[in-house]
Amino acid sequence: MLGLNNKDTLLLIIVAAITLLAPFILNPFPTQSAMAQFNAGYPDLMQRFVIFGIFAIGFNILFGLTGYLSFGHAAFLGVGSYSAVWMFKLLSMNVIPAILLAMLISGLFAVLIGFVSLRRSGIYFSILTLAFAQMSFNLAYSVLTPITNGETGLQLTLNDPRILGQVTTAEGSIPVTSLFGLEMRSTYEMIFGPWSFQFNAGYYLCAIIMLLSFYIAIRIFRSPFGMMLRAIKSNQTRMSYTGLNPRPYTLAAFVISGMYAGLAGGLMASMDPLAGAERMQWTASGEVVLMTILGGAGTLIGPILGAGFIKYFENIFSKINDNILHSWFAFMPDGFENALVAIVHPFVGKGWHLTLGILFMLVVVFLPGGLVEAGQRVAKLFRRRKSEKTSDESAQSKPAE
Amino acid sequence: MGILEVKNVNKRFGGLQALGDVNLSIRENSCHAIIGPNGAGKSTLLNCLVGKLIPDTGSVLFDGQSVLGRTPYEINQMGISRVFQTPEIFGDLSVLENMMIPIFASRDGSFRMHAIENMHNEKAVVERAKQVLDEMNMLDKQHMHAASMSRGDKRRLEIGMCLSQNPRLLLLDEPTAGMARADTNNTIDLLKQIKDERDITIAIIEHDMHVVFSLAERITVLAQGTPLVEDDPENIKGHPKVREAYLGEAA
Ligand SMILES: Nc1ncnc2c1ncn2[C@@H]1O[C@H](COP(=O)(O)OP(=O)(O)O)[C@@H](O)[C@H]1O
Ligand SMILES: [Mg+2]
Repeated sequence: MLGLNNKDTLLLIIVAAITLLAPFILNPFPTQSAMAQFNAGYPDLMQRFVIFGIFAIGFNILFGLTGYLSFGHAAFLGVGSYSAVWMFKLLSMNVIPAILLAMLISGLFAVLIGFVSLRRSGIYFSILTLAFAQMSFNLAYSVLTPITNGETGLQLTLNDPRILGQVTTAEGSIPVTSLFGLEMRSTYEMIFGPWSFQFNAGYYLCAIIMLLSFYIAIRIFRSPFGMMLRAIKSNQTRMSYTGLNPRPYTLAAFVISGMYAGLAGGLMASMDPLAGAERMQWTASGEVVLMTILGGAGTLIGPILGAGFIKYFENIFSKINDNILHSWFAFMPDGFENALVAIVHPFVGKGWHLTLGILFMLVVVFLPGGLVEAGQRVAKLFRRRKSEKTSDESAQSKPAE
Repeated sequence: MGILEVKNVNKRFGGLQALGDVNLSIRENSCHAIIGPNGAGKSTLLNCLVGKLIPDTGSVLFDGQSVLGRTPYEINQMGISRVFQTPEIFGDLSVLENMMIPIFASRDGSFRMHAIENMHNEKAVVERAKQVLDEMNMLDKQHMHAASMSRGDKRRLEIGMCLSQNPRLLLLDEPTAGMARADTNNTIDLLKQIKDERDITIAIIEHDMHVVFSLAERITVLAQGTPLVEDDPENIKGHPKVREAYLGEAA
């Protein structure tokens, strides 16, 4: 279907089903229950899941296929956000032009940064991209204040021209972002017994765009171009002596992944129309590297899993405080309760980075293929249980067609 | 006038004269061997032909056109393919994909942005890749991970990848170095077959005299960066200078 083979079509359908049903899947606990804090089905977080999913899918096209590890991709995220906010200030509150401009400008930035950085490979490439991103961060933070509004960040005001839209609403406030009138913040809440599920217009826009991005990524992975990118990762010497110029291939991959990042940045600004320099900081660049490696670099689904995983940790684990821990362990004798809380304390709340760090270490050491490899191993285990014999046969190379 | 003309090529590495006034002419559709002791400058000479190194002076003409100043991929696009001392293949890719890449390179040139195109629609390329694999007797290995093959098979694949582009000149740098006897003989048979069946010029650097005398129609002996003699194999065997510089070393 859609030019995909059966396996990829199935994958796309599964991802589509999960993202479209996410408001249910992420809110499995009744609102009043003790477990409700593990619910992640609120619009703000769901938007972040898919937006960072887009960011990581794009990053994986560069890193997963060509092996070039960029440490500066947050620069494109930031550029995308600034471009989108400017569109809201100058043109209208419609998100479409904002998203398009975000992709265009970040693409242009990527051409520039990629052209210079790709003259080197390996660690030198990584350092060059990092340097460019830090330069962009500093420019945004202090030098280019007329464009970026410095440390305050770029925001909408009542004085913005918005030539195609309204400058202020009838009530005299700043208008909100919308898709041809459909407000991004509008949310329909469905109450079902003790459960509540939220369906947010902004989330669904981001989700559909993520599915499109994912589909395009699959097509790229399966195209001759994608094969060339994997060939670059595998052996650049052979590539050159086979009559292929690796440079434009890597540059194209770099620009595509930069545009994905710009798209993610534009969507962020479309959900919440402000942009700050911290979005470009190196920690943000590092985060997308973690997402991709944690999920499984070079795999199709890995980056989405990694993005979801890290954003869930960041938002849910970080909210668990000592009071909550005490309530969990209340059934134990006092001494035990306090001891357990003391043990768990460093890993939750502000300490969620510690848990994530340990998890990341374990994955890199034991599962170099990330969460995807974990899934594959579990699946293999089940298959082996089913029948020793068939698994032996399938392990051998397939005969000629 | 040969298909490859090397004239007065010099190359220094710091104080070391790696190549001194090399003149070499390779006749079209012949198999020309370049032999010489270790450090004679054989690999350096080859690197000057494919754009990896640029000679300090002199000229290298392929089919009347200079290759100097061109990048390796441009020189490949002119019709020169190179086989490396240790097989250079795409280890992370399947054998079939390895074979498709040079075919894409010949068809589309050094870069083409076919990102949304579908691999299943590239039937002609897949067919051609399978055909070459079949000629190499490797069709049964098409789904294998290239890195997991034996050294001999990797060499065979690399030669196949070069041949799939129908090069006019095939350069081989010690193609049997470090190979077991059986793999060496396989490679000799393969090269003989290629030589007989195709219109192709082969230039081979080789250390193994058995390989050289099985294949070469013309031999150049290189010593300390300078060609000592160039002659037919029968004459080379008995040549006193060669015995002294090269064969004597082995005896
Ligand atoms: N890139 C280089 N830099 C410095 N010296 C080199 C380089 N390449 C080769 N040489 C030197 O040039 C001489 C010829 O080397 P090479 O062409 O590899 O010999 P052969 O292939 O005949 O064994 C050797 O002394 C070698 O050390
Ligand atoms: Mg050598």
